[in-house]
Amino acid sequence: MSIAHTSSSEKVFAPAKKSHRTAYLLLAPGLVWLLIFFAFPLLNLAETSTKTPAPSFETGEFVQTFRFANFIDSFSANQEQFFRSFFYALCATVLALAISYPLAYAIAFRSGVWKNFMLVMVIAPFFTSFLLRTLAWKQILGAEGPVVSVLQFLRILPADATITATAFSVIMGLTYNFLPFMTLPIYASLDRIDYRLLEASGDLYANSATTFRKVTLPLSMPGVVAGTLLTFIPASGDYINAQLLGSPGNFMIGNVINSRFFRVVDYPTAASLSFILMASILVLIVIYIRRAGTDELV
Amino acid sequence: MKHWLSKNLIRIYAAAAIFYILLPILYTVAFSFNDADKRNIVWQGFTLSAWLNPCEPIGICEALGNSFKVGITATIASTILGTMIAFALGRYNFRGRATTNLLIFLPMATPEVVLGASLLSMFINIQIGAGLVPVIIAHIMFCISFVVVTVKARVASLDPKLEEAARDLYANEWETFRRVTFPLVAPGIAAAALLAFALSFDDFIITNFNSGTLNTFPEYVWTASLRGVPPQANVIGTLMFVIALAIVFAGQVISKRRQTRR
Repeated sequence: MSIAHTSSSEKVFAPAKKSHRTAYLLLAPGLVWLLIFFAFPLLNLAETSTKTPAPSFETGEFVQTFRFANFIDSFSANQEQFFRSFFYALCATVLALAISYPLAYAIAFRSGVWKNFMLVMVIAPFFTSFLLRTLAWKQILGAEGPVVSVLQFLRILPADATITATAFSVIMGLTYNFLPFMTLPIYASLDRIDYRLLEASGDLYANSATTFRKVTLPLSMPGVVAGTLLTFIPASGDYINAQLLGSPGNFMIGNVINSRFFRVVDYPTAASLSFILMASILVLIVIYIRRAGTDELV
Repeated sequence: MKHWLSKNLIRIYAAAAIFYILLPILYTVAFSFNDADKRNIVWQGFTLSAWLNPCEPIGICEALGNSFKVGITATIASTILGTMIAFALGRYNFRGRATTNLLIFLPMATPEVVLGASLLSMFINIQIGAGLVPVIIAHIMFCISFVVVTVKARVASLDPKLEEAARDLYANEWETFRRVTFPLVAPGIAAAALLAFALSFDDFIITNFNSGTLNTFPEYVWTASLRGVPPQANVIGTLMFVIALAIVFAGQVISKRRQTRR
């Protein structure tokens, strides 16, 4: 998933040295940090997920009772938001793929001197705040924005209709916000394709559609797989888009986890929901990677 | 005409896609000049007042300062830790590679809500109050993986023969690293540091779980969005965008010069 790798001409050299000690010294500080502040917190999350309210019923006080039924309870109470999260994330991923693939193709093969400029434009959203961008979409799609006005003028939308606070605008926001994560890996794998392979395919009397289907597309699959995962994972856990562009009827599992932690102060439910979310994403990733047939992840 | 159209269809499409990508950014920039106070949603007229008084809304510049504090600390720490891991992965064969790769990959494959929630669970369990330090710790954690991935690509593209040549010319291990390896990997490290800063500066979800009463710029925008975001937030967003764009273009000019000199 090397997003940053952009130049095609560079060879890749396998690691050669065999000094274990130096390697472990280099690894130790960073890996210890990840163990303490990534792995250990996950254990804490697991521990919190089976707690129950303290007998005193004081807010925020819980005792460990190993109540694994917490998982079943919190899942069945929030099934709707779970399925909605995965459905929205799936829609956003498919849309982002449809928008990104031709764009990445154009940058890799048809951009000429504009290549670097276009790449910078693709990552331009990273340079402005995620929240400001999403709020800008709320403005653009909002009741007083240009899109609704034009559609109402053309009588496509009735006078009192809105686009924000619908599933459409949430999916739109998710698609937009994670688009660079889809475009860059696809571009990287397209850019690595040896152009002579495409010429060879033409020499063997394949027309351009056949060349695309039999040569270009299969060779770009690692990028498609990486891009799909990099879009789907953050999209399924997101709650910003649902909060800003949707209504409570569009809330996703992230919204539930967030409000369980901060509004309801129900840590065990929030923790068990987080765990179910993470576990289901990992299962989906494993199935998807098996299907797609690549295991080159990092 | 028809021939021209079919030939350039993909280019026209790419231009439209880039317009779509830039549209909300253009909106953000334009509305930094809007003559509106809090409800900065409808165009009221052009003014420079937000640009001349960027710190006017209470708390906005304090939040910005906090974002810089967190961003700079997290960038320095995660770039150092991540670069070390990248060198180990790119240069050495050692036992435990697969586990290391997994530990680097997992934080990127975990949704931010889960990262934020798990850190908060830990800080609650060990009774450390939310605030500046937990936020910095969290930011270093999620930036490391992205630094590793970025720098590793650069280390892997480095020809080991260059280092061998340095050693043949009687450079010791440290000199080889300082005069040959490091300058060649430096652009990758710079890119990784920029990425880390951008990720940290823009993070809202993980920060919000662990910040307590501390306000960062994204948190300011989030709270303000409930009442109406002042144009000054757009001013800061625009400035950050222009600065980042300038750094990227400067980087491209420098690397082009280096190439022509070679």
